[in-house]
Amino acid sequence: MSALTFAAQDSATMLWREIKHSIRLLRLLIVSAILVPVVMLLLFDYILGGTLGHGLGDVARGAPYIDYLVPGILVMTIAGGCGPTAINVSMDITGGFVDRIRAMAVVRGALLAGHVGVSVLRMLVASAAVTAVALLLGFRPKASVGDWFAVVGIVAAFSFALAWLSAAIGLVTKSVAGANGSTLPLSFLLPFLSSTFVPADSMPVGVRWFAANQPFTPVVDSLRGLLTGAPVGSTPYLALAWCAAIALVGYLWAQAAFRRA
Amino acid sequence: MNAVIKQQTDAAVSATALRKSYGKKVVLDGVDLTIGKGQVFALLGPNGAGKTTIVRILSTLIPAEAGTATVMGYDLRAEAGAVRGVIGVTGQFSSVDDLLTGEENLLLVGRLLHLPASERQARASELLERFELFEAARHTPATYSGGMKRRLDLAMTLMGQPRLIFLDEPTTGLDPRSRQTMWQIIRELVHEGVTILLTTQYLEEADHLADRIAVLDHGRIVAEGTPEELKRRIPGAHIRLRFADSASLAEAARLIPEGTRDDEQLELRVPNERGIRPLRDVVARIGDHVAVEDLSIHTPDLDDVFFAVTGSASKDKSQ
Ligand SMILES: Nc1ncnc2c1ncn2[C@@H]1O[C@H](COP(=O)(O)OP(=O)(O)OP(=O)(O)O)[C@@H](O)[C@H]1O
Ligand SMILES: [Mg+2]
Repeated sequence: MSALTFAAQDSATMLWREIKHSIRLLRLLIVSAILVPVVMLLLFDYILGGTLGHGLGDVARGAPYIDYLVPGILVMTIAGGCGPTAINVSMDITGGFVDRIRAMAVVRGALLAGHVGVSVLRMLVASAAVTAVALLLGFRPKASVGDWFAVVGIVAAFSFALAWLSAAIGLVTKSVAGANGSTLPLSFLLPFLSSTFVPADSMPVGVRWFAANQPFTPVVDSLRGLLTGAPVGSTPYLALAWCAAIALVGYLWAQAAFRRA
Repeated sequence: MNAVIKQQTDAAVSATALRKSYGKKVVLDGVDLTIGKGQVFALLGPNGAGKTTIVRILSTLIPAEAGTATVMGYDLRAEAGAVRGVIGVTGQFSSVDDLLTGEENLLLVGRLLHLPASERQARASELLERFELFEAARHTPATYSGGMKRRLDLAMTLMGQPRLIFLDEPTTGLDPRSRQTMWQIIRELVHEGVTILLTTQYLEEADHLADRIAVLDHGRIVAEGTPEELKRRIPGAHIRLRFADSASLAEAARLIPEGTRDDEQLELRVPNERGIRPLRDVVARIGDHVAVEDLSIHTPDLDDVFFAVTGSASKDKSQ
């Protein structure tokens, strides 16, 4: 069998393992990956939505705040998957399982490939579930079929990028608790310091520059534009470029950290 | 001459001058090791002696800083992949996947070994039965006893039918019964012709299982030989007398000159042969002259080995 076949086989085995893990932790995952974003959606829409929607003015183009909000919640949903990914990687690396694998003739990259693969899968499933709930709550996207494909593409690319970055974080943090804490900037801070809930223009000057130029903003803006049927210009390309850059950095960082760990 | 050549070609492990340090701390200070095929070789040493480090180096998990080694005829550095293909490792700490059932753990290893599905299943079932892991098969390790977890760990190692197995402290933390079970399993493996490198802190265990024992201390092998050779070097069983003060100890030492004094512990150790005569003799000679605080009869353990080969006690080398 060729090296490539082994690589594919071992990665598939690790994917199988991670899927088993996810199934065993299903209740926990449903709460953290789907319920939490849904609660955020409800909080922002029902409780803050009146004022926020009013404050949006022209930006909302007459649509209810939920239409503005859902793309942001989607990004939060994806980013929310970072913690579990980093934790899972960290548990493997701090536990004995990785030693067993390293002492076997297993393809080196397979373990991380499995983690990242299932991480992306979880993020996609959670995004679909949150979108479905949003539709029930009155979210009315105006996207064409082509737009929907673009949305799925960006969601997948963003998930892939964050999954590699979280895997790297899980590898370099020395403990499981540390892994969880270190993803908080990704899953919590960056979404708030972007156009997730309100436009970057409305923020204080210092923050505004950061919010306008950090990767979450083009991702949210493209999803929002595509879903609300507004013109998006070149923003999706900028978003994809960011995703490619983050994925590459995350991948290289993770591979280097795995060799050292 | 012939014997030497034969031993070299038949060696399962042959290591020369292995060195390893963490920062300034030298953990392995030039370790030479030869293990013949089909042998059980025990590395005996206290906490921090470097046992795990040797296992990790020989099983390709960490590189040595210096020295060379071949494992089952493959060069450890240049042919690490081939080495991994023929060895099995059960580390000191559990490497069981805690979210998978016992059976799934075995099947996972089977997949990683690229065994065909039917063989995977057959081998897993066989091992579950052999190690009496029926209950573990359908449950995750959260519900296992220590012994069960250890057996599953070893079963995972055996999925690939390795010819050389590393067992890092296979019985530490097990109750006497589970220890007996583990010993039995190890003996069966030996019977099948598997070579085993095991580490242990118990002389008794090495004595029971091993063909050869190497005593490790501070990253150096301080003694090596068959259990018989080694035990001949140990003072063996002795009577231990403890005293309240050094004056009493001195007085007792004068009365029993063949005893060994330990001024730190305020103890006198008198060699003890079989039967109760030596004991009666010692008691008679001490008589009423000296107040003995405590008397115990001692069979050789790791401490004695260390005392014999290094001249100091083994306790707390890790500190
Ligand atoms: N990754 C590491 N970083 C720093 N020091 C280490 C590392 N691994 C081991 N050591 C040190 O190396 C020494 C030998 O450790 P090793 O684990 O090989 O001992 P051991 O004989 O297996 O002990 P034990 O019976 O406690 O398992 C110890 O002093 C330990 O503190
Ligand atoms: Mg150890």
